[in-house]
Amino acid sequence: MGLGTPASSVETAVQALATPKRRGARERVFAVVLLSATVVSVLVLGVLIADVLMDGLGRINGEFFTSYASRRAERTGIRAGLTGSLSLLVMVAAMAFPLGVAAALYLEEFAPDNRLTRVLEANIANLAGVPSVVYGLLGAAVFVYLFEFGRSLLTGAFTLALLILPVVIVASREALRAVPRAIRDGGLALGATPLQVAWRQTVPSALPGILTGTILALSRAVGETAPILVAGAVLFRRSDNVPWGFFDAFTALPIQIYDFVSRPQEAFRVEAAAAAIIVLLAVLLVMNSAAIVLRNRYARRW
Amino acid sequence: MPWTPAEASVRPPAPAPEGRTSPTAAHHGVSVDAQRVFELENVSVAYGGNIAVRDVTMPIHRNEITALIGPSGCGKSTLLRCLNRMNDLIPGARVDGAVRYHGINLYDKGVDPVEVRRRIGMVFQKPNPFPKSIYENIAFGPKVLGMKDNLDDRVETCLRRAALWEEVKQKLHSSAYGLSGGQQQRLCIARAIAVNPDVILMDEPCSALDPIATARIEDLMRELEDEYTIVIVTHNMQQAARVSDRTAFMTTDVEPDEDGKDKRSGRLVEYDLTDKIFKNPGDRRTEDYISGRFG
Repeated sequence: MGLGTPASSVETAVQALATPKRRGARERVFAVVLLSATVVSVLVLGVLIADVLMDGLGRINGEFFTSYASRRAERTGIRAGLTGSLSLLVMVAAMAFPLGVAAALYLEEFAPDNRLTRVLEANIANLAGVPSVVYGLLGAAVFVYLFEFGRSLLTGAFTLALLILPVVIVASREALRAVPRAIRDGGLALGATPLQVAWRQTVPSALPGILTGTILALSRAVGETAPILVAGAVLFRRSDNVPWGFFDAFTALPIQIYDFVSRPQEAFRVEAAAAAIIVLLAVLLVMNSAAIVLRNRYARRW
Repeated sequence: MPWTPAEASVRPPAPAPEGRTSPTAAHHGVSVDAQRVFELENVSVAYGGNIAVRDVTMPIHRNEITALIGPSGCGKSTLLRCLNRMNDLIPGARVDGAVRYHGINLYDKGVDPVEVRRRIGMVFQKPNPFPKSIYENIAFGPKVLGMKDNLDDRVETCLRRAALWEEVKQKLHSSAYGLSGGQQQRLCIARAIAVNPDVILMDEPCSALDPIATARIEDLMRELEDEYTIVIVTHNMQQAARVSDRTAFMTTDVEPDEDGKDKRSGRLVEYDLTDKIFKNPGDRRTEDYISGRFG
């Protein structure tokens, strides 16, 4: 063909460029170690879910959703827990979202850079790490006794809202911080006030991030047991919290699960508990998927 | 003295060419004593104690394009940002001296920076459209300033003025991020004129654009000059020579401070008609810079 290089010298060149055997082996070993670390974490979760599904799937039927708790395992249901959890979800969102976004907006856009601001920032970051049962004790002390809301739905909602407020603030601040300076400058250069720029440009631009963070925080609130248990949720309840009985007693899905697993009968301890866990997992999965969809759909390219 | 937008839009007719005019055909008549929009008096700007710009005194004239040129770091952009108080947004920035705008010092106590910025618009180095539709980008300014009548007409007029209408009229409600860099910058100019400003400041508006897009922006500036006063910072000396009526050359000086330390800060070296600066500069440093010997 007359295209220069003889075949033999090409082969030599390819050999020289090949990965040396020892390094290739080491890289493969390392990749396997990393892969197994990933697999272990997924595997444990997979086994747990499979176990729960096997125990509980047979117990899930229409009546399980529509029945109140019963002393007889085959007739018990999660209606009160489900309506309680949904009520909590809506109330907590209504409390934590506006408050959290407003706090984040203040800290990110308006707060002067001084000692007070820095103390506030450090405290909010630390509050996000306080164990949830502590919030439960706080809720019991402040809402149940001080404000005399009693052991009611309102107390539960306030307690959970406080619990996730620092998380909502931190997530919202990050979303606001990701909005480029140039967007704000552009608005201000048109003669808009800082408030107008924040309200019409910065917050809308950051909204997908804010919503994602809020939904993830809410899904944490829905799954929490300890704080509302301490702050007064009841284990056994035979009526709904929908429509809103703010000052009524309440229960929630994780509370009912806790109740089921602490009973001696296997039909409660294993089957009903697993079935309720499946429902709770489904709720959380839906919420987290919504957060992911939101994040991907409105992902901004600046 | 309170100053309403209604008064702002009533402008005296452009002064007839008289006295000394620019010999370059490209430049329209420049009157030596054209009405002054700004008078800067001993303006110094410091960022947290470091003086970035020192003692600038110069006027800026109505319906002209004034170019600020000079090497990197000489304080051109800093000086520009004094003219609509955008420096206020930088923590630790401090402006001394007086920036008189129609006789009022912008840095007087009673002056509201928001009111300043609605009369003195700005176009930035990197096109910064809002993450919204083309229409909403233009409409944002009028909306927040309460100019809500005939918004559609206003949007169209501004896009036409910015020579962008024909390119975008079919997609007014699609994202501004779908436009090319040059189109985005023209959108930003359209957005700036939508609030009917008196002055438009441009901070290296073409530095992120290719030569063709740059030429379009330059044409646009020349058209807008009849209605607005434009101050442009540019790195590109040819650009200053092509578009501006007057040019201010700034450079970085190292001079001992009051406390004896050497400090670098930007100074105004020479300010004159653009033709004079480029053909017959009065200062050696200007000559060196424009002939490419430094900078």
